[in-house]
Amino acid sequence: MALYSGVIRERFRRPRFRGAIERPDVAHEDVNPLCGDRVRIQGRLTDGRLAEARWTGDCCAICAASADLLLEAALGQPVDFARTQTPASLLERLDSDIRPSRMKCVTLPLSVLQEALSGHEVTR
Amino acid sequence: MTLGEKTRRDFPILSRVVNGHPLVYLDSAASSQKPLAVIEAISRYYETSHANVHRSIHTLGEEATERYEAARDAVRAFVGAGSREEIIFTRGTTEGINLVAQAVGRTLKAGDEIIVSELEHHSNLIPWQMACRDRGALLRAIPVVGEGYLDLEAFDRLLSARTRMVAVAHVSNVLGTINPVIHIVERAHRAGALVLLDGAQAVPHLPLDLHAIGADFYAFSGHKMLGPTGIGVLYGRREVLDRLEPAWGGGEMIKEVWIDRAQWNDLPWRFEPGTPPIAEAEGLHAACEYLGKLGMSSVLAHEQALVARCLNGLAQIPGVTIYGPRNPEMKGAVVAFNVEGLHPHDGAALLDQQGIAVRAGFHCAQPLMRCLGVAGTLRASFSVHTTAGEIDRLAAAVATLRSQL
Repeated sequence: MALYSGVIRERFRRPRFRGAIERPDVAHEDVNPLCGDRVRIQGRLTDGRLAEARWTGDCCAICAASADLLLEAALGQPVDFARTQTPASLLERLDSDIRPSRMKCVTLPLSVLQEALSGHEVTR
Repeated sequence: MTLGEKTRRDFPILSRVVNGHPLVYLDSAASSQKPLAVIEAISRYYETSHANVHRSIHTLGEEATERYEAARDAVRAFVGAGSREEIIFTRGTTEGINLVAQAVGRTLKAGDEIIVSELEHHSNLIPWQMACRDRGALLRAIPVVGEGYLDLEAFDRLLSARTRMVAVAHVSNVLGTINPVIHIVERAHRAGALVLLDGAQAVPHLPLDLHAIGADFYAFSGHKMLGPTGIGVLYGRREVLDRLEPAWGGGEMIKEVWIDRAQWNDLPWRFEPGTPPIAEAEGLHAACEYLGKLGMSSVLAHEQALVARCLNGLAQIPGVTIYGPRNPEMKGAVVAFNVEGLHPHDGAALLDQQGIAVRAGFHCAQPLMRCLGVAGTLRASFSVHTTAGEIDRLAAAVATLRSQL
């Protein structure tokens, strides 16, 4: 498996969900203390679903691709979706040989999204 | 034959192949590799002479003590300290600075001031933040200007009768800037302040004369100067150490103990509680001898030539930004840079694929990264075994980075 798969390179060069949302319903930003990567995720909610989502950040290709793929998967899904995501599901989308030292790059967008949506989950 | 070509065979690790390529180790500023002389000195000590020091009345204990104290003498000579009482063994630069920050920190009063600089490694910043917070003292920072030099006029304005300590790096671990430490010490002393220099990046690369520099404290690490991890040195000027209360208590640092009080041991053991890093001292002794034989003036000339070659090589590559002084004579053996559109961690990972080890990130210097306006940088750093050919391999690899992502 390659260090940087075609998926990572493609999403790094041409992210589909990079940007900002005016007056978002939810937003969160966090930083990876190991490398200083910073990711901000904003979203709009409609009927308990993530209707719109964007990320910005100063981060590496792995983190950028992970954020972009995560938002693509989460879009249109119920808010609870973020809670169902695991490092393994993120790795599957990235399709790369991710070293343990870069796992935080993979998981930072997920923890930011989960924190952004925290408190907005639908209670059943 | 250059110094790099001559010394390479002394470093067993350099024969490694990494990701299918011969290892190019350009991360000595994070931790240097070890020559066989250091590795063998540590093994020999454990195989023949290990025991605890200063307290065992048997042959091995006496041998270990003799060797441990001989290491102190070797370090004293290597850095040009006035006496062996001024050489305190620690676990590393960070511990040495914390020792001073705690010991001096206890004497601070509300309104006292400590001056650091914007280019400090976190290890020469956080201990002072903690000391200031505990005592209501204020922390000031000398700004970094131009290509990465300290603003000495601003430093003069920061100094006052309230200044108790000036704590700055001798050599920046990111920019490589060699700070004008003799000038800084002279100004600080004139204002009545103490001076601590973080010498972690200086000791492996420059001829040192601590007596001539005149700083009150000078901290450095064994593992950055071809020695082992787990040992460092805090030099303290005799007159200052004499009146400084120890930071930490335990065995070894006392003469006589009662239930409610104790009498401190003589220098330098007063500042060395507990069993010290004995085997590590043996390794550090070997490292001092190894560097001493090469001659630190030769090491400096060799590494300045490498820095010049690296600056020149990287400057030819479109999209590369170099940080820090462009004059190799004003620089230690580090070159920090970025490639446009490429995160430093991706750059380092791609270079690693070609067997080239560099550091990437904020280098424990987040305030400096803010000054530079970047989240992080790549950093290549050199040692005695680095060759011009390796610098050329780095430049060639950096030129291909943007096309790989």
